[in-house]
Amino acid sequence: MFLKENISLAVAGLKSNKMRAFLTMLGIIIGIGSVIAIVSFGNAISSSVTDAMSNLGATNIYVYVTARDSDTYVDKFDDSDLISMDEIDKFQEKYAGDISGLSVSQSGESGKAVDGHNYANVSISGVNPGYEGINNIKTEKGRFIRDNDIKGSRQVAVVSDKLVSNIFKGRTDPLGKKVNIETEAGYTTYTIVGVYKYESSMFSNNGAVSAKDTRTPLYIPVSLAKEDAENQNYYQFALRLKNGVDSNSFTSKIEQYWNKVYKDNTKFKVQVENAENELAEMMSVLDKVSMAVAAIAAIALLVGGVGVMNIMLVSVTERTREIGTRKALGARSGYIKMQFIVESVIICTIGGIIGVIFGLLLAWAGTSTMGMKFVISVPAILISVGFSMLIGIFFGYYPAKKAAKLDPIEALRYE
Amino acid sequence: MAGNIIEINNLVKNYYIGTPNELHILKNINLNIQEGGFIAIVGASGSGKSTLMNMIGVLDRPTSGTYVLDGVSTSDMTDNELSDIRNKKIGFVFQTFNLIPRNNALKNVELPMLYAGVNGKERIKRAEELLAMVGMGDRMYHQPNELSGGQKQRVAIARALANDPAILLADEPTGALDSSTGRMVMDLFHEVHERDGKTVVLITHNPELAEEAGRVVTIKDGAIIEDRAGRGKAEV
Repeated sequence: MFLKENISLAVAGLKSNKMRAFLTMLGIIIGIGSVIAIVSFGNAISSSVTDAMSNLGATNIYVYVTARDSDTYVDKFDDSDLISMDEIDKFQEKYAGDISGLSVSQSGESGKAVDGHNYANVSISGVNPGYEGINNIKTEKGRFIRDNDIKGSRQVAVVSDKLVSNIFKGRTDPLGKKVNIETEAGYTTYTIVGVYKYESSMFSNNGAVSAKDTRTPLYIPVSLAKEDAENQNYYQFALRLKNGVDSNSFTSKIEQYWNKVYKDNTKFKVQVENAENELAEMMSVLDKVSMAVAAIAAIALLVGGVGVMNIMLVSVTERTREIGTRKALGARSGYIKMQFIVESVIICTIGGIIGVIFGLLLAWAGTSTMGMKFVISVPAILISVGFSMLIGIFFGYYPAKKAAKLDPIEALRYE
Repeated sequence: MAGNIIEINNLVKNYYIGTPNELHILKNINLNIQEGGFIAIVGASGSGKSTLMNMIGVLDRPTSGTYVLDGVSTSDMTDNELSDIRNKKIGFVFQTFNLIPRNNALKNVELPMLYAGVNGKERIKRAEELLAMVGMGDRMYHQPNELSGGQKQRVAIARALANDPAILLADEPTGALDSSTGRMVMDLFHEVHERDGKTVVLITHNPELAEEAGRVVTIKDGAIIEDRAGRGKAEV
């Protein structure tokens, strides 16, 4: 009913008093702005975490030895409590139909690759062939560690492209070249058999002050790393399932398997961790937190709504005479009510739209400073604008009803 | 012989009914007004003439009695029906003009037609004609605060005529104007009355203006005490 005229009238009214219109909208702008900023920011964190976790191998299943009693302080493992390679092989054979890859590793020392004046920081890691797939290593040149390297404990290494550019400066093909690694234990020389692409993530800058000093892993055969290690057995390994294998049921199946293996061990047991579940759990917690914070921000919206109602009541009083005149000219009460509700909805909608823009800018600024992906959530925007319209109706209704109920004679006489 | 456009029978209006300070503002008013007439209702303030105007303008309901406007009884009408009657049958002209602020002259004249559901093009065409008729054709897009008192009242008269009402109901239309602009406004009423045959009801406490009407009704203490022909326009 007369919607077009009401809208143009309300807009003209707002234009004639810009400062007041802006101040009235401010509550809505801040409310919607903070909700949008928080939701966008939460989404950005979620997607960054998801990306980072899948890079780190969060879709893997981890099997590790842990104390039966959580109070037991474990500072040193005995080989008899750990999992031997034979046991791992037996396990892998039994579940060969489900497992697509299995990785064991032995972390070694940190050190420096040196070649004259050139150097590159490294941390040595003994790995098996399965490590490549499970940890998403992208071998660019040559090959990764192979079974033969392990059997023969060969002095070979797979190095990062960063090391290659630091040491060889692009002058020669690194494959087949020797690299000297200086650790606290002394010098060791490895033959480079492969180069992988190093990817930094938000969780792994390794305390480097400059990009040049970034410490990158240097992969050697696990058998080689075990030579200097305290334990010859493993306290953990990781595996990845074949497509279509349900991770939850598989997890409980292998839990039973390892419980049987460890049934005589009074101090230790084997724990199976299904990272996929934990990631999902973590994401749902993150979602809940961001929802809760958004809900708190929504309180600002409520305050904004009360502000709109306050101004609408003032506006009704100011325009008492106008309302009386309109009634004398034949405006039905419903039309007067509509006029004020439309005005309130327009204030809130414009406020909501400004708030959305403001919130997106805020989220964009925040995510880009933190180096995260900026994701625009269309549903959040639509819900926010829709919700601000609802606030307009809700908080405009009482003033509008008051205006509609005015007695025309009283209203015309109002000074 | 034209019929009665207004028939008021035994109309009573009391305020604060049932309380010790119950007021009897209008006491048994009987008044018929002929179609095409020009009638002045005069009385001192507190005489009940404003209340009578509110009754004629269906802004208020009588305590008892009947009011038939243009052949239709208003007694049992709903609020919305009364709104429609005000919209289509009555053209209000106020002492303080009551133009809607932030709406230009054209929009003000369009307003009653908007409420009547007249479409946009037709509304604008008729509003332009009416503004031209009252001599405001060159100020159609002026805001009320850019107009003088006399100009505002002319816009208000154009607005009152928008839906071609049965009566033009003017409450002290010259009360806020100086005598020369007041004269111009009165001449406009005469023009509308004589040329268009519009019924004009003029509420005033100015006896000189009242005499210009064809019929003068004097009200005192809520009752009509005199009802006679006007003496005609004062010679200047």
